[in-house]
Amino acid sequence: MCLAVPAQIVELNGTTATISVEGALREIDVSLVEEPRLGDYVLVHAGFAIHKWERSEVEELEAIRANTDLREVLR
Amino acid sequence: MKTLKQSIDDVARRIGRDIRLMEVCGTHTMVAFRTGLRQLLPDSVRLISGPGCPVCVTDASYVDAAVEICRRPHVTVATFGDLMRVPGSESSLDRERAAGASIRVVYSPSDALLLARESPSQHVAFLGVGFETTAPAVAWSIWRAARDHVDNFSVLCAHKTMPRVMDRLLRDQQIKINGFLCPGHVSVITGASIYQFICEQYKIPCVVSGFEAWDIMKSIAMLLSQLADGRAEVEIEYSRSVTEHGNKTAQRLVEDVFEPCDASWRGIGAIPGSGLAIRETYAQYDAAKALGVKFTEAHVNPLCRCGGVLRGVSTPLDCRLFGGACTPAHPVGPCMVSTEGTCAAYYKYEGVSA
Repeated sequence: MCLAVPAQIVELNGTTATISVEGALREIDVSLVEEPRLGDYVLVHAGFAIHKWERSEVEELEAIRANTDLREVLR
Repeated sequence: MKTLKQSIDDVARRIGRDIRLMEVCGTHTMVAFRTGLRQLLPDSVRLISGPGCPVCVTDASYVDAAVEICRRPHVTVATFGDLMRVPGSESSLDRERAAGASIRVVYSPSDALLLARESPSQHVAFLGVGFETTAPAVAWSIWRAARDHVDNFSVLCAHKTMPRVMDRLLRDQQIKINGFLCPGHVSVITGASIYQFICEQYKIPCVVSGFEAWDIMKSIAMLLSQLADGRAEVEIEYSRSVTEHGNKTAQRLVEDVFEPCDASWRGIGAIPGSGLAIRETYAQYDAAKALGVKFTEAHVNPLCRCGGVLRGVSTPLDCRLFGGACTPAHPVGPCMVSTEGTCAAYYKYEGVSA
């Protein structure tokens, strides 16, 4: 339930945004984050963006995910 | 270069005694099981699950109250899907829906508010369950209903907050905790500073962890380093999302709509100041008041060990019902129902005979 997923804002209309999670689209509310912009990455929980990610933070996650082969990381 | 596993093994050897780390968050529990990282830890380091699955800690009397209101004509209950199968004293929302009650599973409280706008002849009661992560979204729906005068909308509120329950666990002599893996998305909202008292009063290290297997391994390594050095600090491993002071906009909204209250935790009992109640200003949107809901004492199966599991003093394997009378298809206790529940995790990933 406390799952939150990173998603990219692909459409913005006031405090309502369409986000894309790996291509899947969904409408969310962005009134809990400051100055949401098109193209921003946000963390989404229960239909609300709760945090805006910097580009470098998204890259950090991508790097971790690219390394998720535990045999590589943990051997 | 040393891998994380080697670092963990080395530090654990340096510490030279058994270490019990509690992962408070249910999502961390699931990641730890799903990825098998528990097996990578040295024997002296144990991960124990805490009270961080919102559905699991929801008192059965709350489920009974939800069942009671969904049976009323002109009431639609809107809920997150997780709650549907949680057994109350004699029924569940799932069973009520099969019997014809008006119950809608929603993804967001804003969907519940939309439902109320679209069905003016129904009263839509949303089941407000969840921790600090979820409370802002629900606060928003109440604030918005008040602003737009959506008078057929209310929230049956059972929101809970983390600091007091962690404090309660530390006071419990039965539970030995050497360090906390703190919940990542709670901390996105609150900031990591809410754990400071744990380091100061109990000298226990806290690390706020992300949700990839790598994040959790890294956080465990950080906790062990603190223990080896004799430090007790709040550290943030999940720094791509968590700051010291959190999301101020969300905090202000929560503060506007809710106030702290005593809350009853399944298996743990009442903890002063560990819940959120809807403020008097928004009383009209409080389902307990708007619909005159009475909470009565619930009857749960006395053999169910969810209480001990939630406090980290029992594992599901200590429970007579586990895997027999209680399975994901026919759950007896909430820890088997929720996808984040410890019993569900054991059942799915450890095997019944583990």
